[in-house]
Amino acid sequence: MIEVTEVPSPFCGIGTDDLTIRVDGVSLKVVENGCPVNTPAFEQAITDTSPRVDGKDVSLDAAVAKAAALLKGTNQPVIGGCATDVNGMRALLALADRCGAVVDNMNFNATRRNLLALQDSGWMTTTLAEVKNRCDLFLVVGADPESFAPRFFERYLWNQESMFLEDTGNREVIYLGKAPSGNASTSPKGQKAQVFECGMEDLPELVAVLRALVKGQPIRAESVGGIAVADLQGIADKLKAAGYSVVTWAASALSYDQAELTVQTLSEMIKDINDLNTRCSGLPLGGKEGDQTANQVCGWTTGYPARTRFSKGFPEYDPYLNDIEVMTANGEADALVWVQAFNVNAVPPATDLPTIVIGRSGMTFAKEPDVFIPVGTPGIDHAGHAYRMDNVVAIRLKKCRDSGLPSTSDVLNAIEQAL
Amino acid sequence: MLIKLTGGTVYDPASGIDGKKQDIYIKDGRIVNQPGPDVQIDKEYDLSGKVVMSGAIDMHTHIGGGKGNIARTLLPEDHRMDPVHRTDATRSGTGHAMPSTFVTGYRYAEMGYTAGFEPAVLAVNARQAHMEMADIPILDKGGYVMLGSDDYLLRMLTAKKDQKAINDYVAWTLQAAKGIGIKVVNPGGISAFKFNQRKLDLDEKNSHYGVSPREILQVLATAVKQLGITHPLHVHGCNLGVPGNMNTTLDTIQGIGGLPMHLTHIQFHSYGTEGDFKFSSGAAQIAEAVNRNKNITIDVGQVLFGQTVTASGDNMRQHANHKHASPNKWVCMDIECDAGCGVVPFKYKDQNFVNALQWAIGLETFLLVDDPWRIFLTTDHPNGAPFTSYPHLIRLLMDKSFRNDMLATIHPEAQKMTTLASIDREYSLQEIAIMTRAGAARLIGLQDRGGLSAGNWADITVYTDNADREKMFAKPDYVFKDGELVVRDGTVVHSKWGTTHIVKPDWDPSIEKDLQKYFDRFLTMKVGNFKISDDEFTDIGRGSLTAHPLKGEVA
Ligand SMILES: [Zn+2]
Repeated sequence: MIEVTEVPSPFCGIGTDDLTIRVDGVSLKVVENGCPVNTPAFEQAITDTSPRVDGKDVSLDAAVAKAAALLKGTNQPVIGGCATDVNGMRALLALADRCGAVVDNMNFNATRRNLLALQDSGWMTTTLAEVKNRCDLFLVVGADPESFAPRFFERYLWNQESMFLEDTGNREVIYLGKAPSGNASTSPKGQKAQVFECGMEDLPELVAVLRALVKGQPIRAESVGGIAVADLQGIADKLKAAGYSVVTWAASALSYDQAELTVQTLSEMIKDINDLNTRCSGLPLGGKEGDQTANQVCGWTTGYPARTRFSKGFPEYDPYLNDIEVMTANGEADALVWVQAFNVNAVPPATDLPTIVIGRSGMTFAKEPDVFIPVGTPGIDHAGHAYRMDNVVAIRLKKCRDSGLPSTSDVLNAIEQAL
Repeated sequence: MLIKLTGGTVYDPASGIDGKKQDIYIKDGRIVNQPGPDVQIDKEYDLSGKVVMSGAIDMHTHIGGGKGNIARTLLPEDHRMDPVHRTDATRSGTGHAMPSTFVTGYRYAEMGYTAGFEPAVLAVNARQAHMEMADIPILDKGGYVMLGSDDYLLRMLTAKKDQKAINDYVAWTLQAAKGIGIKVVNPGGISAFKFNQRKLDLDEKNSHYGVSPREILQVLATAVKQLGITHPLHVHGCNLGVPGNMNTTLDTIQGIGGLPMHLTHIQFHSYGTEGDFKFSSGAAQIAEAVNRNKNITIDVGQVLFGQTVTASGDNMRQHANHKHASPNKWVCMDIECDAGCGVVPFKYKDQNFVNALQWAIGLETFLLVDDPWRIFLTTDHPNGAPFTSYPHLIRLLMDKSFRNDMLATIHPEAQKMTTLASIDREYSLQEIAIMTRAGAARLIGLQDRGGLSAGNWADITVYTDNADREKMFAKPDYVFKDGELVVRDGTVVHSKWGTTHIVKPDWDPSIEKDLQKYFDRFLTMKVGNFKISDDEFTDIGRGSLTAHPLKGEVA
C-alpha cells in the first residue's frame, strides 16, 4: 500500500491538486481533500481489462485490427466523446485526419454558447489565482459553482490568505437567477450570499437590463422576471464600485435557445465596466473531464474548436453541422468511434452504426459495441496533461497505479498505424 | 550516410565566408570536414549556381502558448480562407494569421527556416507553450520566460531583496518553465492594469508595489548577466504604440547603463508626435542610439499591410488598443497574478496614415541601423504581419527600387513623413544571412546552429539566386534539418521533429522552501506540480531538450 500526495484532478475542472490517494493494488481511496466530484471519479473500480470484439474477450492487437478494419471502408466516420488527455487528443486528431472523420467533443453544445459569443465579439476573462487573491465581488449568473466543483468556494474565495485583500471573508457574493444548492457560498464568518432568484427563461431579459443599468440607461419597468429593477440597480452599482469584480456563469446551465446572447450580453457588460474606471472580469465555469483539453488541442492542431471535420482532407469547423449526434441520427455517418477515458457513465449515443468504444474501464453498455477497448484514465493509470476551466493552466497529471491498461493515445495511435 | 552538397555559393557569416564556392559534407546529422578522397559519398546534390545558407532562425515569433490559441479560436473566418490539405508527408491544418501548429512548422520550413523562438512564455502557461511547440514539426524551438509583472518578483522588489535572491528566483523560474531566455513585457504594467492603472511610464510606480519599470528592467537585466544567460534581457518596453514613445525607448536604452538588453519589435516603440496628425517617425533617433550603444540589440517587428491578429502579454496596452480591433472582437485576460494577455485582430491598411507610417518606420529602422549582428528580421509574428511575409520583407530590404515603388503607393501624408525614399542602402545576401542565421544563433546562445562549418548541425537551406528576392526566399530548392532533406522546391517532402533549446542556470536550493510556502499560501497549484519535468518533453516519443552552456562555461 502506498500513498500518493499532491495528486491533481482532471475531474473537477478547478485544478484541485492537493489530493492524497491511498493505492492498494489497483484500488484507490481518496484519503485527503476529496469531494463529491473527485472522490468517486478516482475510486471508480476497474472492471474490464480485456478488449472485446462482438462481446468476446480478445487481445489488444485483435481489437485494434478489428477497429481499423471497421474504419477502413467508411465514407464518413465520426469521433465523439473526445474526453481524454492532451496526448489522447493528439492521437485522436491524427486518426481523424487520417480517416477523414468528424471530431466532436461531447459537451460542445454547451461550450458553443461561449464560443459563439467569443467568436462574435470577444471577452475579458480572468483565472483562478486572480479570483483567489483579487476578487472583491463575485457575481454568479444562473450557475451553481458548488455543485460544479464542491471545493470552489473553499479554494478560491474563502482562502485564508490572499495577496491583496485584508480579509477574504469580506468578499461579497451575489447570485442572480439560480439560488445556491448549499452553503458553500456563505463566508466563514457566516455572511450569506445575496440571492435574486428568477426562472431561467427570464435570465436573458434580466442580464440585458443589468447591462443597461451598468451603462446608465433609464429603465421604465419596475421589475424584470420577478426581480425589482431597484435590486438590479443595486447590483450594477456594486459592480461599478468594486475594485475587481468577477462575473461567472456556466454555459451548460444556460440550457435555452440562443443562450450565446446571454453570454455575449454578460461579456459586453464586463467590457463596459472596464471602461468605467474600474476592473471586472468574466470566469466561465466549464471544461471538465477533457472538454477544455479537447478544444485546446484541436485549436492548435486545426485552428478550430473540437467540432471539426476532416472529410475533405483539411479541417472545417461548423458548430452546428458537425454535431455527431445529429449526424448519426440523420444517417450522415457510417461509423462511430467514442473516446471517453474519464467517465464511465458517458456512453455513446444509441446507434446502429458500427461502433468502436475507447472507454474507461467500468463502462457498461445497453448495446454492446462492435469493439470495446478499455483504457486507463489520465491522472490515475498514466501521466498526462489536462486543462483547467480557466484555459491557461495545464496540469501535469500523475500516474497513481500500475493497472496495465493502455492509454487512449496508445490505442488510437495503434489504430492509425493499422490503417 | 554521407551527403555531399557540391559547388554551391556559401554565405556563412559565422565563419566569415561571404559568397564563396564551397562543398559541404553531412554525416549523422552534422556538417563534417571533407572526409578524404577514398570515402564513398552516398548522396550528392549538385548546387552549382545555388546560394547556400544555414537554416534560418526566427528569434521572436509567437508560435506557442495560450494567447496564440485564443487568437486561433477567435478567428475561424481567417482560417477558412486558407485551408491546408493533408499530403503523404504532412498533416492537414489551416494557415494565415495564426496558423495551426503543423502548418506553422511546414510553412517555416518551406521558407528555409529551421528554428523559431516563442518570446512570451508565461511561467504558469509554459506547459501549453511547450505542448503546442511539440506539435510544430521540423523546427527547433525554445522560449523566453516572462517575468516582471509576477507578484513574487514585484514583492521581492518592494521588500528590497538583494540581487542574489532575485537571481535565484530568475534562475529557478527559467528552469521550472524550461526556457532559454528571460523576457519582460511592459515591466510591471501588466500587474498595474489589474490595479486599474491604464498606463505606466518608465518612472511611474505600480500603485500596489511602489516599483517602477526602470527598477524592474535594472534587476532583471542584471540577473540575466550575472547568471551567465547568453540571451540578453528581452524587453518589450513601456508605452507600446503610444505616439511619443520614442522618448521612453531612448530613456530605456540610456537607463540600462550598459547592461546587455534586447529591445523587441522596436518599430512599435519608435513613434514621435510631430506633424499634422501628431504621429511621426522616431526611427532615426532610435537607430542612432542603437548604433551608439553596443550593449543594445533589437528586432524590428515590421508592419506589412493586410489582415492579421495581435497577440501580446501586454494586456494594458492591448486593452487600450481594442478600439482599433478589426474585425471588432477582442480578448483580454488577467492571468494567475503572474501575467496577462490581449488578443486584438488588426488590419493594417496602406491608405491609413498611421499604418502606412508604421510600415515606413520599420523599414527606416532596418536601413539606419549599421550593424546587422545587432538587428533581427521580425514582424513580431503575427503582430506586425504573419511570418509568411518574410520573403516580401527581405525584398523590401534588398531592392531599393522595389521599396520605392511600394512607398509610392502608401498614404500620401505618410510618404511626406518618412525619409525612406532618400535611403539608398540595400541589404546584401551576407547581411540577410547574419540577421536571420548567424546573428540570431549568437544572440540566443545556440551552440552548433546558425553556421556551416564542421561540427554544426546540418540545418541548411539552398536557394536559386534570383534578382526577385521575394521569389528567391519564398521557395528554397532544398532545406535540410539535422541532415535530413525536409523540403524540395519549396514543398515539405519529409517531416521530422526538432529539439527544444534551453539553458540551466543554477539557483540556491534553499529558495524552493520559500517558494513552496508562497505557492501554498497564494497560488492555485503545488510548487511541485508547477515545475515542468524533462519527461514531459520526451514522453510523446518525439521531443528532446538541448541545454546550452552559460557564458563562461565550456560545452
Ligand atoms: Zn512579440
